[in-house]
Amino acid sequence: MQLPEIDALILEMARQIKPHLTAESALVGIHTGGAWVAEKLSELFDVPLPFGTLDISFYRDDFSRIGLHPQVKPSHIPFEVEDRHIILVDDVLNTGRTIRAAMNELFDYGRPASIRLAVLVDRGGRELPIEAQIVGAHLKLAAAQNIQLNRGESGRLSLSLHEKTA
Amino acid sequence: MKIHIKNGRLVDPKNGIDAQQDVFIAAGKVVAVGAAPEGFHANRTIDAAGLVICPGLVDLSARLREPGYEYKATLESEMLAAVAGGVTSLVCPPDTDPPLDEPGLVEMLKYRAKSLNQARVYPLGALTQKLEGARLTEMAELHDAGCIGFSHADVPLSDTLVQMRAMQYAATFGFTVWLRPQDASLAKDGVAHDGEVASRLGLPSIPACAETIALSTILSLARETGARVHICRLSSREGVALIRAAKAEGLPVTCDIAVHHAHLSEMDIGFFDANCHLVPPLRSQRDRDALRAGLADGTVDAICSDHTPVDDDAKLLPFAEAEVGATGLELLLPLTLKWAQETGVSLSDAIAKITAAPARILALDNGHLAAGQHADLCIFDPEQYWKVEPASLKSQGRNTPFVGFELQGKVRYTLVDGQVVYEAH
Amino acid sequence: MHKNPQLNKHGELQHLLTIDGLPAATLRHILDTAESFLNIAEREVRKVPLLRGKAIFNLFFEPSTRTRTTFEIAAKKLSADVINLNIGTSSQSKGETLLDTVNNLSAMQADMFIVRHSESGAAHLIARHVEPHIHVVNAGDGRHAHPTQALLDMFTIRHYKQDLTRLRVAIVGDMLHSRVARSQIHALTTLGVPEVRMIGPKTLIPTCAERMGVQVYHDMEKGLKDVDVIIMLRLQNERMRGALLPSAQEYFKYYGLTAEKLALARPDAIVMHPGPMNRGVEIESSVADGVQSVILSQVTFGIAVRMAVMSILAGSEGGEQ
Repeated sequence: MQLPEIDALILEMARQIKPHLTAESALVGIHTGGAWVAEKLSELFDVPLPFGTLDISFYRDDFSRIGLHPQVKPSHIPFEVEDRHIILVDDVLNTGRTIRAAMNELFDYGRPASIRLAVLVDRGGRELPIEAQIVGAHLKLAAAQNIQLNRGESGRLSLSLHEKTA
Repeated sequence: MKIHIKNGRLVDPKNGIDAQQDVFIAAGKVVAVGAAPEGFHANRTIDAAGLVICPGLVDLSARLREPGYEYKATLESEMLAAVAGGVTSLVCPPDTDPPLDEPGLVEMLKYRAKSLNQARVYPLGALTQKLEGARLTEMAELHDAGCIGFSHADVPLSDTLVQMRAMQYAATFGFTVWLRPQDASLAKDGVAHDGEVASRLGLPSIPACAETIALSTILSLARETGARVHICRLSSREGVALIRAAKAEGLPVTCDIAVHHAHLSEMDIGFFDANCHLVPPLRSQRDRDALRAGLADGTVDAICSDHTPVDDDAKLLPFAEAEVGATGLELLLPLTLKWAQETGVSLSDAIAKITAAPARILALDNGHLAAGQHADLCIFDPEQYWKVEPASLKSQGRNTPFVGFELQGKVRYTLVDGQVVYEAH
Repeated sequence: MHKNPQLNKHGELQHLLTIDGLPAATLRHILDTAESFLNIAEREVRKVPLLRGKAIFNLFFEPSTRTRTTFEIAAKKLSADVINLNIGTSSQSKGETLLDTVNNLSAMQADMFIVRHSESGAAHLIARHVEPHIHVVNAGDGRHAHPTQALLDMFTIRHYKQDLTRLRVAIVGDMLHSRVARSQIHALTTLGVPEVRMIGPKTLIPTCAERMGVQVYHDMEKGLKDVDVIIMLRLQNERMRGALLPSAQEYFKYYGLTAEKLALARPDAIVMHPGPMNRGVEIESSVADGVQSVILSQVTFGIAVRMAVMSILAGSEGGEQ
């Protein structure tokens, strides 16, 4: 399968985001891939947007099954969440569980005015009633396939496909 | 009952025998070694091919827990453990409840033990009444009742004047005084050797000088009083050196170590293994090596089991609170063999440390198998490995640092007075 | 021969009983995780749902309001249910053994025990006998170990000094009776601190202290020279009764931290104390409250470090019995 170019997807996402921007908008990227995408997005607007990152390790629903993620990073939200229009950014939308966790964590910072979900790739396979308003690309993948966002040394982002290991 | 033990390797250190020789037993005695006496018709023949025949073991310290501690162990369970370990004579310390400080208690113990028809029991009488370290016991009466010597067990005897008087009084009658050297103030609250491990684990400790200071006192008093002294459970390198010097000087002193101390050191405490909470404490590897060297050169006369059965509840406590002691009757032989194998000591010399040498300390004619002797003997398989597991022990105390170890040397038969009192299946 | 009772078969931390024997990576993982908990205090909701539904029992066989409270706050910030039990001497005097008490509590659906006990090795004993799904955190056992205190001290040092591999650290006071000092020494040496000094009179230094990887000083002025971190230990009053020290006054004169002695250390040296402090016995007030003191930060960091320990343990798979 031919994987799309990241730069084009991010431009497409920015195009979809622009009409919704207000003075109260802020970008929040989910650690780690979502944070990379959000960082790139933040460079594409005329006015720089406040930009934060979330590590959802403490909000995951599979903690009692797989334990704590071995590399937890601090969440970093350097602005008031209360009454903000948040654009929540992730790399790949699949089951929706990560987004559920991220929204719960966001609400522990305050009550946002709205949350829009922006994802680089929507690969389907939802297990929760969650949809993205802003999507770079829709990809149809088999359940056994994993799509992953990588960042090279130069900061260049790329997508790769793997077969899921059992 | 006439028994013919054939094809075995007879190891009788006192009589200098280590050869394939048959043993013939009749009317409770050894009647011949080597060739059968004329007209000997055995009722029973034991084929000891591949096995070692040796004198029954003489253990200088085994707590039978009666009277007073029957919930930890009973005479029945521990006497069975003794013969299962090849032990046919054992010395029991006076720290029962009440302590063995009255002739009646000693007679009762002797009577109860005798009625079981197993190992011979030699009680040590208490050196002071109730082991309180203040008033002397009636040593002569206790001797008549069956005490083989006098001891303060592990109870501190901190008044040196009382200690001197006790030794003088014992010397009057020629009784041996058995003392474990430990300075009471230096040992106070201590539960482990004052070294690397106690420091790391934060355990209150007992320095080696607690032993040498007490030992120096005892040796000075022995010179002063002329008492014959047996030093129990030596634990330190410096202690071995003091005994070596005392013997060179000609003092009538003998000593033993517990078999655990020939193998283990403070390192074996690991993460607070309460089975290694012993008295005296397991000391450094250097000390252990010195004890081994002392055994080899004869400074240390004998090895004992220091058998101390403890109930599980009393061991399932934080290290310092856990009761001291380890079960040992059934491990004395294999652990002595292990020491010999690891240090290149001959089988005969090793067996001497648990037969002839302790018998000599007791001034008994046990511990060898010349014709005319009581037929107390042990037949064991020197090659057979067995795993130390709670279920494999006859003793009611299953507490030992050697749980899980594979040991070599398994008792197959034990005879007391020519009767097979133990036979492995 | 003695397998490390703290790790499960995958090498994950199952219990936290002592720092002794833990790999540096495990310690760093705890410290790194604690960083993530630090800023939760600044949010509107100052807790995370990580341990929702888990029951954490504070088992304090020896009273300590401070330590118990920090564990309680940490557990509550993780949304766990906390049950405080000051067992003290009551049930023990009724003849119930330590393990009886623990077995009774295990039957109450416990997921984790935080244990404080006056005997060295108590936490190990409990860890060896609890059901495999229960995790045990040692909150101080006798003179042996106080691993979470040592971890929060390491967190504090790392916070102020970043690179631990270039530091000189001095621990001053009663090492003989200190579970805190033992755990600190293991943590410092494991994390690569090249020079750990122990300063105190001979009566308060354990035998073979050098074998733990420290340099022993009896002269405080020499011992403090050019150090980056000074950790003061609490001096218990009963040390005077045990013939270990003549008086608090003489102790303060020779081993108390004063501004003059502090000046011998590096100018940017930090001063730490596990608390509670005896002002005028081991530390002068002006030093305890001075600019180089990080004693209050230690308390703040203590919560985050304990949250990290609890969440890592709660997330590890049960061990084998």
